Amino acid sequence: MSHIIIHIILLLVLPPLLLGVIGKTKALFAGRIGPPVLQPYYDLWKLFQKGSVFSTTTTWVFRAGPVVGLATALLAGMLIPFGGHWAPVSFNGDMILFAYLFALGRFFTAAAALDTGSAFEGMGSAREVTFSCLAEPALFFGFLVLAKLSGSLSLTTMLDGTFPLGAGAAAPSLVLVAASLFIVLLVENCRIPFDDPNTHLELTMIHEVMVLDHSGPAFGMILYGAAMKLFVMGAVLLRVVVPFELGNPWYDWGLFMAGMLGLAVLIGMVESMMARFRMVFVPTFLVAACLLSAFGVILLLR
Amino acid sequence: MVCFLGGGLLSLLFGRRPGRSSRFGVGGAVVGSVIGLWPVFQSLGGAGTESVRLAWNVPNGLFYIQLDPLSAFFLLPVFILTPLAAVYGGAYMRSFLGRKSLRSHWFFFNLFILGMTLVILARHALLFLVAWEVMSLSAFFLVTFEHEKKEVRPAGWIYLIAAHIGAAVLLALFLVLGHHAGSLDFDQFMAVGPLSPSLSAILFVMAIVGFGTKAGFVPFHIWLPEAHPAAPSHVSALMSGVMIKVGIYGILRMMMFLGPPAVWWGPLLVGIGVLGALLGVTLALFQRDIKRALAYSSIENIGLIALALGVGLWGLTLGHPVVAILGLAGGLLHIWNHSLMKGLMFLGAGSILHATGTKDMERLGGLMARMPRTGVAMVLGALAIAAVPPLNGFVSEWLIYMALLNGGLDFAGGSRMILLLTVGVLALVGGMAMICFVRLIGIVLLGAGRSEEACNAHESSPWMTLPLVILAGCCVGVAVFPRALILVFSRTVEFVFAIPAESLMTALNSPVSPLPLLGQMNALVWIMLGAVAALFLVSISNRASRSNETWGCGYLAPTARIQYTGQSFSELIVTRLLPRAMRPKTRVALPEGLFPEAGKMTTGYPDTMSRIFYQPFFEWLMERLTRLRWVQQGKIQSYMLYFVVVLLAAFAWLAVRQWVVHE
Repeated sequence: MSHIIIHIILLLVLPPLLLGVIGKTKALFAGRIGPPVLQPYYDLWKLFQKGSVFSTTTTWVFRAGPVVGLATALLAGMLIPFGGHWAPVSFNGDMILFAYLFALGRFFTAAAALDTGSAFEGMGSAREVTFSCLAEPALFFGFLVLAKLSGSLSLTTMLDGTFPLGAGAAAPSLVLVAASLFIVLLVENCRIPFDDPNTHLELTMIHEVMVLDHSGPAFGMILYGAAMKLFVMGAVLLRVVVPFELGNPWYDWGLFMAGMLGLAVLIGMVESMMARFRMVFVPTFLVAACLLSAFGVILLLR
Repeated sequence: MVCFLGGGLLSLLFGRRPGRSSRFGVGGAVVGSVIGLWPVFQSLGGAGTESVRLAWNVPNGLFYIQLDPLSAFFLLPVFILTPLAAVYGGAYMRSFLGRKSLRSHWFFFNLFILGMTLVILARHALLFLVAWEVMSLSAFFLVTFEHEKKEVRPAGWIYLIAAHIGAAVLLALFLVLGHHAGSLDFDQFMAVGPLSPSLSAILFVMAIVGFGTKAGFVPFHIWLPEAHPAAPSHVSALMSGVMIKVGIYGILRMMMFLGPPAVWWGPLLVGIGVLGALLGVTLALFQRDIKRALAYSSIENIGLIALALGVGLWGLTLGHPVVAILGLAGGLLHIWNHSLMKGLMFLGAGSILHATGTKDMERLGGLMARMPRTGVAMVLGALAIAAVPPLNGFVSEWLIYMALLNGGLDFAGGSRMILLLTVGVLALVGGMAMICFVRLIGIVLLGAGRSEEACNAHESSPWMTLPLVILAGCCVGVAVFPRALILVFSRTVEFVFAIPAESLMTALNSPVSPLPLLGQMNALVWIMLGAVAALFLVSISNRASRSNETWGCGYLAPTARIQYTGQSFSELIVTRLLPRAMRPKTRVALPEGLFPEAGKMTTGYPDTMSRIFYQPFFEWLMERLTRLRWVQQGKIQSYMLYFVVVLLAAFAWLAVRQWVVHE
């Protein structure tokens, strides 16, 4: 019981910290001091205190965007094991629910963007759905490798670090899957080199341009939901890269948190060292991610 | 059952009466369906089969109908969707009142339902074919209701030709079967025993072609995107929601005649399914006409159904009961789900057409504010078709995924690889369906109106919104209680595939595939959505809130024409990812010279298959056939000559034959 409570608390509290760490890493790489690590929490607090402005063209769909985005990220977080601990909800086939929960969130974020009637937001919405359409097979092939390795269709047992085939046979596929999942993570969470949340040119953005018209608590929910999505997908990737436990449950929680922060530092480093790709190359990379994880499947079946 | 037929016939008679025809037409369809529901439920509940045999004054004919669990499975959506579509149609057709006679429309509407019911109930090949023709022909007249419009007539002809090519194959199929069984009675077909492998292979392929034409299997789908947009919307809802499923019914019925499935049937269906799902969803991506986009989405969903049933059969032949159960349950559940959600979407599209007079996406927009109830129902329908939780489409998609995954992990050799690859394809199809329906909802219902008609739209009458709300409610209900629905059709699975109903239910309740848990998860998603929404409302309620124009990036005079259009929405995927052959065709005439005239750009959305394959073929055929035109002289003398020649030829043939026999 206690680990479920810790799971939920971590899921609710930690996600903005990841954004803070990414920001700090980027600042250090650029030779700046940067905002404090807790800055995203201050931002969220401030946004929830603010009033809102709603565009006159919008309807309930516009308001549903942030709500659904946050609710789906929360639910998806309940399906993922954090570190070596079991997820609160786990059943055979929950990996499909996991992928499709994000699809539900995407439906409403994209529809909310179209609801404003702004050309920029329409652009972002079209890009978001197009790119994720390619990210989906990559994610599924990645899950297939994990399912094949563990002989299970439930995320908790898929990620519990036991490989009946032996670690030696699993390693090559796991490396491919980790690479593919990292690309998917960067794309789905709008990080450089696929999307740049900090640019000031709406024409080149994906996610940020969709939420131009959101303000106040709605925008706060979007930021929070996006951070949570990053956290949840990061937790999956972490288990693929670090598929072992330390024995003591408390050490495991510590390892998980250290791993997540390490992942945030890694993302920050990638963001500092790479430039954003041209928009038209994003699909190419996504197809590459699909091929990587599909190849991982083939390696297992030879 | 007999009562229902009476109801159908009664409505047919009344439907002819002038003046009040529409009221009687609607009433007949509703009463007939509601009466019909009772025996259907009885049969699904395990009451066994009921049959009626009447002598029929036709050579070799017998009026033999029977209600068994397979028929009941397909009749249920007919009887649920028909009254809703009829009530909706009553209000929908009112706009034609005074301009057109609705008599024939309601007559053919009832005839269409009657034909469909008879096809599903018929147990005699001759009766089946007659009912099949009644269904096809009355659908033709329904499609061509607005025959004064230029685009409706070719749509009707394409439909008619496709329907008859399919019917011709079926005729041949039944003749072969009848020849082997020595009778045209379906009972005899069942008793004919195992046929030789080559014969049953030929028959199965014929069934796929003949019934697949009606179901909309790729590459026999070309009539579908033409006929569905042309028909009045409640007719499109019925055609897409139930008529194309009759094709699936035919294939399942044929499987019962052909005995135990051969090993390659499953893979064949999987192949057809993958092809249909991919092609359907890709072409749905960029259609401008909302009903055409929905028609392509039907092709996609029929593909998914074929895929699921194929995986199930595959599991059955390879002795993997879990895969078989998951695949078959997923496929059958998707048949019902698709009836609900596609019915909903077509009726919703009809309401939009009714309110604005156009189904061109680029002339719509901002309808959610003006038609709130229709809008909400359509968003739910779109979510269901995009197969996201917490709606019913997700449940059947989940079952299909589970079948593929279990098969992919357990099968041996190459088949395993194919199934695993199909998982990736299914994920891609899901992603593309997402693009398609975000686009449909976002461009049509959200944003600002793109034309005067869209800005002046009004919510349709309660008679038109009520069916939408009921269908949307069904979608939510199925999502939360999927097990109850599977329980309803468990007898059908037992009847057709000989998988005991009890083992089906226990398999779907086991840790391997915890279906009830999925229903609870759907409920949890609803609860979570409600909770976060409440949190959001609380957090904005005690803060200042104001309305303003959408931020135009500093541009101060925004108009609705600045908005992203449907075409621009799908531009990225169309130009970057689709093969050239599948893209829409754009013709541009640029202004040229010193005194340029106005430039021109037109975009067409031809069907890839028909452009590459059918069009050249039929053009070739037509060119050949025109050479035979001299035969048609128009002179009575020459036609008499033809008679004489044929008669002499017949005599000659008889004489030669007898001579050969005697020798």
